[in-house]
Amino acid sequence: MSLVNLHQVHKYYGDNHVLKGIDLDIKAGEVVSIIGKSGSGKSTLLRCINGLEQYQEGGITVDGKEVTTEDIQVRRLALSVGMIFQNFNLFPHMTVGENVMLAPTIVLKKSKAEAETTARAMLEKVGLADKFDSFPEKLSGGQQQRVAIARALAMSPKVLLCDEITSALDPELVGEVLKVLEQLAKEGITLVLVTHEMNFARDVGSRVVFMHQGKVWEQGDSKTLLSNPQTDELKQFIGAVL
Amino acid sequence: MIEFSNYDILRNLMFATQWTILLSLAAFIGGTTVALTLTAMRLTRNPAMQRIVRVYVELFQGTPLLMQMFLCFFGLSMLGYEISAWGAAILSLTLFTSAFLVEIWRGCIDTLPKGQWEASRCLGLSFLQTLRHIILPQAIRVATAPTVGFSVQVIKGTALASVIGFVELTKVGTMLNNATFEPFKIFTLVALIYFMLCYPLSLYSKHLEKKFNVSR
Repeated sequence: MSLVNLHQVHKYYGDNHVLKGIDLDIKAGEVVSIIGKSGSGKSTLLRCINGLEQYQEGGITVDGKEVTTEDIQVRRLALSVGMIFQNFNLFPHMTVGENVMLAPTIVLKKSKAEAETTARAMLEKVGLADKFDSFPEKLSGGQQQRVAIARALAMSPKVLLCDEITSALDPELVGEVLKVLEQLAKEGITLVLVTHEMNFARDVGSRVVFMHQGKVWEQGDSKTLLSNPQTDELKQFIGAVL
Repeated sequence: MIEFSNYDILRNLMFATQWTILLSLAAFIGGTTVALTLTAMRLTRNPAMQRIVRVYVELFQGTPLLMQMFLCFFGLSMLGYEISAWGAAILSLTLFTSAFLVEIWRGCIDTLPKGQWEASRCLGLSFLQTLRHIILPQAIRVATAPTVGFSVQVIKGTALASVIGFVELTKVGTMLNNATFEPFKIFTLVALIYFMLCYPLSLYSKHLEKKFNVSR
């Protein structure tokens, strides 16, 4: 049964046709990497899945429920979709612990004690148990991104969307974030990543989706697709990034 | 003719200063309250609400405070609403203050990255929850310095209330001048009192600004 389903999704920014009929089906437990040149619509696609962007035609469902940008819908959606951003978007006026505990307490109405237990467990999982009382600005980029992952995990999402989450990091910090993702993938969480990390896409991902000019140009099993691309565009892209 | 000693002059001015302070406080509190409401209206993504706020701001920023005061005082009484000079002064200063504060605060809220809203949304927070837990705590830190700085404008603005007959510092200064014919002395003293009210606020605002910049 599909967890995320996109059917003929079209998205326009004014006259600019960004997504041109996207069909995509993601099953629970899959790790899907969306690759492609900048401007190919990867991030927009991801942002449509969690209701941050409106789409004009077609349909998107997550866990059987339709996705719209209406506030109430987005909030229900937030219970099943977690999102990690390129720029972390941690709340700078709160400690790491408060960042992770906020949504469980005020959205899921968990008790403080219960939320704290979850938060500590999630921070442990991303290897930052000792940073519970630190403020985000005291952490490195890689640590901040791992806190963001813990924050999303605390809502126990069914699928985690990652929007170029290593692109803002110094090269030496990329590894620690990818390691966390790899661990999550092993545990069977569904991941959809927009990424430039080809090695990660090949080694950890189960499927690669190549986007070009607002369309799903080519997709398939990650190892097969990356070692044996069919279209010229993907060959060119792989040639350019590797 | 009554003789005014320096002591009399100072005593009268000090007494009038109380009214200037009181009027400033009332205008500032009124203005803050209205500006909060307007800010909330602006933050809802409702176009009609946003237009109302925009027109309000343009109107009260784009006309002289003195005209607003005249209209509140004379205009309202011509329409049949009796309003005291005190009431008209508070009303017009409230309108004036709120129109500027709402713009100052908008700037502060806009400096927060859009990602803060998006992250909140993705975590399932409602609009009001986002405001309360994420946006306001950060915006208030940014807004305090310019808001305190603007209160100086409010204090100086109260001087105009003298024109509609409200007895505050400037009005008493004028009256004393009429009685003593010592404009230089009187108005120097009046200006000095205004300065003593405003300067600490300016200093405090600068201090807040510095404090904020360091902790960033």
